[in-house]
Amino acid sequence: MLSAEKRRLEVVDPDLCVGCMSCMFACSRRFGDSGLNYSAIHVRSVGGVERGFTVVVCRACEDPSCMKVCPTSALMPRKGGGVLLNQRLCIGCGFCAQACPFGAVFWDQNSNKPIICTHCGFCIPFCPYGVIK
Amino acid sequence: MSSKLVDDFLARVLHVDLSSRSFRIERREDLFINYLGGTGVALQLLKEEIDPEVDPLSPDNVVVMAIGVFTGVYPAASKMVAMFKSPLTGNLGESHAGGRAAIALRMAGFGALVIKGASETPIYLSIHDGRVEFRDASALWGVRSTLTIGKVLREREPWPGLRSIMRIGRAGERMVRYASVVLETYRHFGRLGLGAVWGSKKLKAVVIGGKRAIPVADKKAYREIYREIFEECLRNPATRKYHELGTAENVLPLNTIGALPTRNLRSARFECAEGISGESFASSSLARRVACAHCPIACVHIASIRERYAGEKYFYVTRYISYDYEPIYALGSMLGVEEIEGVLKLIEQTDVLGLDAISSGVALAWATEAFERGLLSEKDTLVKPSWGDWRAYMRMLELIVEQPNDFYEQLAKGTEEAARTYGGLDFALTFGGNEMPGYHTGPGAYLGYMIGLRHSHLDNAGYSVDQKYLGKPYPDPKALVDELVNEESWRQVLTSLSLCLFVRGIYTPGLISRALKPIGIELSEEELREIGREIYAGKLELKRRMGFDPLKLRIPRRVLEAESPHGMISEEYIKEALSYYSSRISSLSR
Repeated sequence: MLSAEKRRLEVVDPDLCVGCMSCMFACSRRFGDSGLNYSAIHVRSVGGVERGFTVVVCRACEDPSCMKVCPTSALMPRKGGGVLLNQRLCIGCGFCAQACPFGAVFWDQNSNKPIICTHCGFCIPFCPYGVIK
Repeated sequence: MSSKLVDDFLARVLHVDLSSRSFRIERREDLFINYLGGTGVALQLLKEEIDPEVDPLSPDNVVVMAIGVFTGVYPAASKMVAMFKSPLTGNLGESHAGGRAAIALRMAGFGALVIKGASETPIYLSIHDGRVEFRDASALWGVRSTLTIGKVLREREPWPGLRSIMRIGRAGERMVRYASVVLETYRHFGRLGLGAVWGSKKLKAVVIGGKRAIPVADKKAYREIYREIFEECLRNPATRKYHELGTAENVLPLNTIGALPTRNLRSARFECAEGISGESFASSSLARRVACAHCPIACVHIASIRERYAGEKYFYVTRYISYDYEPIYALGSMLGVEEIEGVLKLIEQTDVLGLDAISSGVALAWATEAFERGLLSEKDTLVKPSWGDWRAYMRMLELIVEQPNDFYEQLAKGTEEAARTYGGLDFALTFGGNEMPGYHTGPGAYLGYMIGLRHSHLDNAGYSVDQKYLGKPYPDPKALVDELVNEESWRQVLTSLSLCLFVRGIYTPGLISRALKPIGIELSEEELREIGREIYAGKLELKRRMGFDPLKLRIPRRVLEAESPHGMISEEYIKEALSYYSSRISSLSR
């Protein structure tokens, strides 16, 4: 078992996903509120629910695209891969969200800053179907 | 009781006028505080906006769609409640749909949507970022399949994954009185003809999307009780079963006790039930399970069928179709269809056209029997209906939509209307004008359909009352009515909270009371029950103003002729119960 700071969230098999969005609600709830505003994980259908779902979440890149385009160094490398966001330095330019080829950098409408997955694992127990680990 | 909602946005009611293509936003904190949302709020808004005498297919009919204080906050509060005047029954219409609609409306920053007026040309509404766009739908009108409409709007509209795409099919456009509204491909506002009302307003689709945070009052308590409910949804056998075989699980047990309506209820046992059972569907065709937004149960069962293209040696198409108990009953046993392929294709056809599966199946079953008895000729039906011939039924469903002659025009008005014209009322299986659901379990089921304020089996679960008393002394008519009314009153609380009725066993009065606290609402169990009684009374009152009289309800003879698990159903018993209900009506409706 990796230490918490090196842990990495993994999508095991998106075909197991039922699209219930419980992971998204969980992720958003880690700050206490309900709704979906703060979710760093996103589930959507692949062109209609009949074709199944895709689960979009940070894959903790070793050499992250998002970090390279950050003009203020608000995104710094995280030990297990991926990045950590320094809210204070972030100017909300949105380059990181554009740069991520997976579309895994989400946006906080309230603060106008990116939502970055910290790979904390809070969502995992709320996926009953083993899609993420 | 508190006087403020923690989430300010829920109180926003979006009023849309299709005639003037305008909208306004009204704050109605009072409604959500007093009635929690869903059924309770929709009822109040409808009462304020509608003339009870209105022609359901005129521009003056009003559609209200509402969600509740639990939507987007707790698991399985995933239903949107629609209320309107039904063109099928000419009385109060209420229909609930899962999918993503409820969550999408909350995320878009509204608690309810009120639609009035009618557009001159086809339009669709796009609701996001605090506004409504009125968009031309002329090119979408007349498109063959609702699935295509879904595809087109998916490409054109924002918020993928966080939206609902509700649309009508050709059945709604042509105002078949049991036309549905289809959403997210597999969920529906199925019953009582909401699709026809949209069609009469030239409203092809409503797309709603958004994303936001919902504040809660006590974050720690909220998180704890959320986890408790979430885990219970997955652990409780009462909800597990909906995930495993799904509602189709009911086919075999109902057939075993002799409660599965078969061939227009000439029998309540289907000799081929095994072939269309939940077990058979799962082993031969189950391809995927999906969930409504924010519900971990995932009860939606999707089958695949693989078919070779005609004239091709090695080229196949795979299609996905969802199945549930009710469509299997209505388009399977009720029509004598023995093969899974036939049932699935009929279900798909109702989806493509935007027809309610239950009403369609019952209408075709009546037509088949009327044809056999010589009340209808092939000149009327154009194709020859016969039990089990699903290919003929596929065509008849299309004809109901096309309405090429008088017969199909009548059938598009509902089974009861058609039987009034052509005869065969005795075996036209409608209650309060609504085609029956699939439970020939005993007097409870039928009384439930009759006095249930939506004429739905889910109003008061009479079918479940019947099953509870199997092998035990059956209650007298008065006790039965009281039991049904009590259940229905309580269910007003569940549907006002926009909870799915599949979680009724989890969301007990005690749990609801506890779960309301972290979102800043203090209500005791008794106060909750009182809200339920008040909403029930309000619905009954509006229903009476629309002409509802339990003593005028028709009891189709057929239900008295087919043996039920409680033996033959006695007409006297039903009449006594109805007259008792009628005597209680003034006190119940206050």
